[in-house]
Amino acid sequence: MSRTSGTLAVLAAGGLLTLGLSACGGATKSSTDKAASSAPAAVQSGSADPNAATKKGLTVAFLPKQVNNPYFNISDAGGNTALSALGESYKEVGTTSATDTAGQVSYVNTLTQQHVSAIAVSAQDPGALCTALKQAMSAGIKVVTYDSDTDPGCRQAFVSQASAEDLGRSQVDLLGKELNYTGQIAVLSAAQTATNQNSWIGYMQDELKKPQFANMKLVKIAYGNDDPQMSFQQTQGLLQQYPDLKGIISPTTVGIKAAAQYLDGSQYKGKVLLTGLGTPNDMRSYVQDGTVKAFELWDPGKLGQLAAYTAVALASGQITGAQGQTFTAGSMGSFTIGAQGVVTLGAPTVFDSSNIGQYNF
Amino acid sequence: MTAPTTAAAEQQPPPAAGSARGLLDRVLRMRELAILVVLAVMLVATQIDNTSFLSEQGIKDLLLNATILVLVAVGEAVVVITGNVDLSVGSVLGVTAFAAGDLLKHGGNPVLSVALAVVLGAALGAFNGVLVGIGQVPSLVVTLGTLYIIRALDSIWVGSREITAGLLPGGYKTFGHDGVSAVPYLALLAAVVLIAVGYFLRNYRSGRECYALGSHAQAAALAGVPVRRRVLAAFVLCGALAGLAGALYLARFSYADAGTGSGYELTVVSAVVVGGVGFTGGSGSVHGAALGALLLTSINSVLPAIGVSSVWVEAIDGILLLLAISVDRVMALRIAGLLRSRARPARTGTND
Amino acid sequence: MTDIAGTAEQSRGLRRPPLNGALRWDTVVGALLIVLLLISFSTVGGFGNALNISFLIGNTLPVAAIALPMTMLVAAGEIDLSVGSTVGLSGAVMGALWNHGMNINEIIVICAVLGVACGLVNALLVTKLGLPSLAVTIGTMALYRGLAQVVLGSNSVTDFPQNYLNFGSGRLGGTFLPTAALPWLVLAAAAVVVLHATGFGRSVFAAGASAEAAWFAGVRVKRVKLSLFVATGLVSSLTGVFWVLHYASATYNNATGLELSVVAAVLLGGVDFDGGRGTLGGAIAGVFLLGTLQNVMSLADVSAQSQTVVTGVLLTVSVLGPRVARQVFAASIHQRTRGKL
Repeated sequence: MSRTSGTLAVLAAGGLLTLGLSACGGATKSSTDKAASSAPAAVQSGSADPNAATKKGLTVAFLPKQVNNPYFNISDAGGNTALSALGESYKEVGTTSATDTAGQVSYVNTLTQQHVSAIAVSAQDPGALCTALKQAMSAGIKVVTYDSDTDPGCRQAFVSQASAEDLGRSQVDLLGKELNYTGQIAVLSAAQTATNQNSWIGYMQDELKKPQFANMKLVKIAYGNDDPQMSFQQTQGLLQQYPDLKGIISPTTVGIKAAAQYLDGSQYKGKVLLTGLGTPNDMRSYVQDGTVKAFELWDPGKLGQLAAYTAVALASGQITGAQGQTFTAGSMGSFTIGAQGVVTLGAPTVFDSSNIGQYNF
Repeated sequence: MTAPTTAAAEQQPPPAAGSARGLLDRVLRMRELAILVVLAVMLVATQIDNTSFLSEQGIKDLLLNATILVLVAVGEAVVVITGNVDLSVGSVLGVTAFAAGDLLKHGGNPVLSVALAVVLGAALGAFNGVLVGIGQVPSLVVTLGTLYIIRALDSIWVGSREITAGLLPGGYKTFGHDGVSAVPYLALLAAVVLIAVGYFLRNYRSGRECYALGSHAQAAALAGVPVRRRVLAAFVLCGALAGLAGALYLARFSYADAGTGSGYELTVVSAVVVGGVGFTGGSGSVHGAALGALLLTSINSVLPAIGVSSVWVEAIDGILLLLAISVDRVMALRIAGLLRSRARPARTGTND
Repeated sequence: MTDIAGTAEQSRGLRRPPLNGALRWDTVVGALLIVLLLISFSTVGGFGNALNISFLIGNTLPVAAIALPMTMLVAAGEIDLSVGSTVGLSGAVMGALWNHGMNINEIIVICAVLGVACGLVNALLVTKLGLPSLAVTIGTMALYRGLAQVVLGSNSVTDFPQNYLNFGSGRLGGTFLPTAALPWLVLAAAAVVVLHATGFGRSVFAAGASAEAAWFAGVRVKRVKLSLFVATGLVSSLTGVFWVLHYASATYNNATGLELSVVAAVLLGGVDFDGGRGTLGGAIAGVFLLGTLQNVMSLADVSAQSQTVVTGVLLTVSVLGPRVARQVFAASIHQRTRGKL
């Protein structure tokens, strides 16, 4: 009996291993790095004709990180608005969890099968979608990423909400002004893996090196995993570990909301300042009761619109995603593609008690 | 196998059985004491490392963090004691939190909205209980199915809507974080529920029958315990408490959307098992489950307070769970041995 | 009581009572799968071409691979909920070692050994300490996922060698078969032979039907269960390697929640959760029924939430269905025999 079970294990290991290993010789990271650097960069086939007419009857599919997420609901609705203004069709598909990478891949596969004209996707993971997106592109589908990028070779253009540099630096500036440029501060981020978050935090740290921030010190980066409870407890931990903490920056809409809710109901209300990225609807009551003075965000609806216009411009052949090409995004005006196919929406909006009443998203 | 003896013991407790029960009771209490000691050591050590940990605000936070988990764990413990499990609690918590918020948003009475959450939770619990009772299907499978179904129906109903702080009446939010000095109202509420359920399980016949059918359903049925009705009642209670927890979640976090409570079932099950409620049914207490919940949430507060990276949290939770069930098992084997060696002389003495 | 009858049948050369012959759930699921495939081929646009079928199979492979040992484990009366975390841990270790500059073949061997170790931890806690596998594997589920987080932290590793990535996501020529389906077919064939045509297979069912009776009949129950847990760990960790190559991404949260998909598919395939009953054919049909349904519903623009409802209802019905049918049948047999008397 034990012999049979042994056979079972050997078969299991052998079957998978031999096929895997015999297929190719061994390789290490350094050997493939060389191979990769000699390989050509992303293929930008065909040439752009900026004066080409906008094609009709296109279908642009939006694939957000998560459906039923209020933020993506607004941005995708923006995409819908832009597409119906152009007379194209819109559809939205996606997973109910923001960490279901496999699910997102199979949605890209499905859209490839359905031969949509373009996919606008917010990637849950920079690498995981690559194979599927490349298959989509080789089937003639244009791929635009928005909000969260993939590796640059796996899409034609990335519509960025604001440059990572602007966002990182401006949040530090905002908090600096409120704190009179003195005191300990901390960052409450989302997941440790979040590409966006990490690049913003990088610019925050860089900004803090400037002379006017000499008396401000970033003491800790905590991760709340975009989970309300976890963000809550991480905020508590920050305040307990650093009793002299004066300010918190939370560059995630879930984190800032949880931190605000905790501060609101604790002894730290008004004593520890909070800023970061949040939506006006989430933050309204905290701004009104004084827990939060100011925070910032781009307009997610405009982000979705720009993603839609970019997708249509790509599908119409007006752009290919190469640096320096320009296209018109309806009433939003003209945009120029930057390095590595990045299109930037613009500077973020700062919300405080004077203007928060004007926004509803 | 223990069920018939306990049932007999109730009618006419012979001396030997009485002392055996006393021993069991003492061991169970020791089990809870052990968690309490671990908890105390952990908190004191953290306090020494970081003196602001057990400030008034710090204690309040610890209690508030634990409240919601304690409530769900108490309900889950009753279900597990009957030898079942309810994996749908996270989905129930999510849908009831949103339902309560939806009512409040439209100007509903806060008390009414909490009641709505409880009733909705009880109804979903009844649905689970009926499925488990009718089909004689393992509750793990049934509630795995309803976990999917309730969550999906919830997200179809909720869509991308969310309940935010601005939509809730101020009093409801204040209730979520205020209290009598360091003791929050929510924790008081949880304590009342805990004491009531604990008293019921211990001092009522129907409560003890839950233990009986958990240790051996067939024997309990032969001894006259209405098995299906008791199981149904346990699921209804569990659902109702998950519903109450949903309403309190909303008060505490001032937020609910279609994803609220996702994955919560595993935390709840961990708390219950760490608290010494055996997965095989018929053993443990709701007080233990509550302590387990307090321990788990406190660890999540302790780690950031002493500056340990949050990447360790999940691994530590897992080790703790494994440790708890292993210790329980080893102790159960020891006690079984002890009881057997005690029962032998007693039997020869009374010659029965 | 039914358990004992089941064991007797199993040992008498896998004969089943007439009731099960007509109403066997695994046959029903197989038939459902065929019907679904026929309908999809003829009516759903974009379903029938080779590329889509290769997508379908490729995305279903992780569940299909782990379902093989999981079926045996459930038939033996145990369960392993840590498989998704083992997949994640294996991928995380693969990513971390790759970043460290190790040769990929060595890494894959290490991942395989790691899987054996993960399975062994589960196995020893269950067989040596006599703990319920459900509680143990909930614990190791958190532990393995936690370790994955510790090992890889915030990183996402994507730069694996292209020929390996091609193995993970490529197909054989222009056919509908993904390259990685070949080892799976070998594994599936081996598993079917082992479970349904060897003494070991019979002892698996015996252990699941009644561990005590099996032990008295000379089955070394603990050793059977131990080898099944180890096989599950091994297959899960190799699936972790495949997962990384298929999706070209190693992160600590790879395959979160996979355990529920595997368990749902196995139960849908008619494998009895109480142990002692079930077939691999049924389980595989269950896996591909769920996978195909998902593919077809996506192509037909059914929302993810509605897909979840369908999965949940199918799971519940598949578990309730056979039991209620059996009860009804038993009642009718009872009446018939009474009539004869």
